[in-house]
Amino acid sequence: MTSRIVTLSINNDQYHVHVRNIDTLLFTIREKIGLTGTKPGCLNGDCGACTVNINGEAIKSCLMLTVEAENKCITTIEGLQDTTIQKAFIEKFAFQCGYCTPGFIMNGNDLIHNEPNASDSMIKSYLESNICRCTGYQEIEEAVKEALTNNNYDNR
Amino acid sequence: MMIAYDVDYYNPTTIEEATQLFHRLVEEGKKPVYYAGGTEIITLARSERLDLDAIINIKSIHECLLAYSDENEITLGAALSLTQVIKTNFFPLLNQTIAQIADQTSRNQITLGGNICGDIFYREAALPFLITESKAVIANRTGIKEYPFKSIFNQKLQLSNEDLLVQLKVKKNEVNFPFYTVKKRKQWDVGYPLITVAAVKKKEQLKVAFSGLCNFPFHDVNIDKRINDPSLTAKERLDGVLNALSSPVLSDVHGSMDYRHFVLKNLLQEVVDAFKGAKT
Ligand SMILES: Cc1cc2nc3c(=O)[nH]c(=O)nc-3n(C[C@H](O)[C@H](O)[C@H](O)COP(=O)(O)OP(=O)(O)OC[C@H]3O[C@@H](n4cnc5c(N)ncnc54)[C@H](O)[C@@H]3O)c2cc1C
Ligand code: FES
Ligand code: FES
Repeated sequence: MTSRIVTLSINNDQYHVHVRNIDTLLFTIREKIGLTGTKPGCLNGDCGACTVNINGEAIKSCLMLTVEAENKCITTIEGLQDTTIQKAFIEKFAFQCGYCTPGFIMNGNDLIHNEPNASDSMIKSYLESNICRCTGYQEIEEAVKEALTNNNYDNR
Repeated sequence: MMIAYDVDYYNPTTIEEATQLFHRLVEEGKKPVYYAGGTEIITLARSERLDLDAIINIKSIHECLLAYSDENEITLGAALSLTQVIKTNFFPLLNQTIAQIADQTSRNQITLGGNICGDIFYREAALPFLITESKAVIANRTGIKEYPFKSIFNQKLQLSNEDLLVQLKVKKNEVNFPFYTVKKRKQWDVGYPLITVAAVKKKEQLKVAFSGLCNFPFHDVNIDKRINDPSLTAKERLDGVLNALSSPVLSDVHGSMDYRHFVLKNLLQEVVDAFKGAKT
């Protein structure tokens, strides 16, 4: 059997989809489910545009099979509306064309939740997972730092 | 964006199930692969550089996910992601070496065993095991065996048929020796190395392993001898190392052979300097 029906939990909604075993999660999220906020870029793990969150961890969805994501909790950019990190990106104008932005926001969200006391070098290390062809990264870094501060404040 | 292959997918929960399944599929004329982080398999499959028709995911096998430290050894499951290994903090040299592989997000996916068994030849996670008393725990359908890592890693891990790398083990006292690791890239701060060096100082002697210098990672006692000779200058040390190499130094998009010679000379000096005064 080279295909199957899987149940995916994405942004707290359940989706039953028929997928080929070799389909990547990126392909399924965009083409089968229609959540097109997750972007295809390099398709080989270099750019981070396809980043989603699986069970609390940032993952490049171009390098994960859909069948692996069954029974896991998936969050895509559509699930981060009105969050601290989204607001910080808007406030700091941390984008130009915006293509890389969903990936950076997913990654930044991972950072502020898993490393609330992140040092500058850790922030740098996280941001290196993603590539932006338009900005000089400074606004993105500022947005992530702002989100870290605001998130820690909200969680007090 | 679609990948051209049609594959069967299996998710065994025991070592026996996985190895027997692999064997049976081969007998049936199929081409199975063990699938850990999947990053290399998906990348190669997308570009149609991998011949496969069955995927055996090993991430539900309990033993492949264990991480513990007992009186004598540290055990790390082959299917642990690099991020999970780093979080254990059991083996500082390994931590520092793998913390430089790929990027933060990719390290959530790439596994310890996948890096060591992968076709992409850097296999930087192998370096710490090459220069310490370490073992590879390997299973096939006849059982599970432990091998000294050095004896079974020759350019790559010498696996055959349904061999499955289950765990890596390192002697506990070995992780406390002074160590140094450094990765030089062509540019950027992420991704593949130009040259990576990992070193430990043990009984006043340095042991040094390399990735990116030739097209496989290695540790060579003849090279250690040159590096440990206090009478040699940086240039003599470099010449000695180059003369002792069994394969040519790489020349590729990351750097020419001459550039690698230049970087290696500086790295060797950096390593020697880093251990000055370190007592073992
Ligand atoms: C963006 C990116 C950057 C990278 N940068 C680096 C780098 O800086 N340095 C570096 O060294 N590498 C780097 N790599 C390469 C990467 O570490 C290897 O490709 C590695 O194989 C990926 O691990 P995985 O768990 O995803 O492997 P998989 O894709 O699951 O498997 C790779 C191979 O190993 C086999 N295998 C996996 N686990 C086992 C096991 N337990 N027993 C037997 N066989 C097994 C599989 O059958 C397959 O042939 C990078 C990869 C990516 C995607
Ligand atoms: S599209 Fe996945 S990392 Fe570039
Ligand atoms: S804003 Fe255009 S790629 Fe980042």
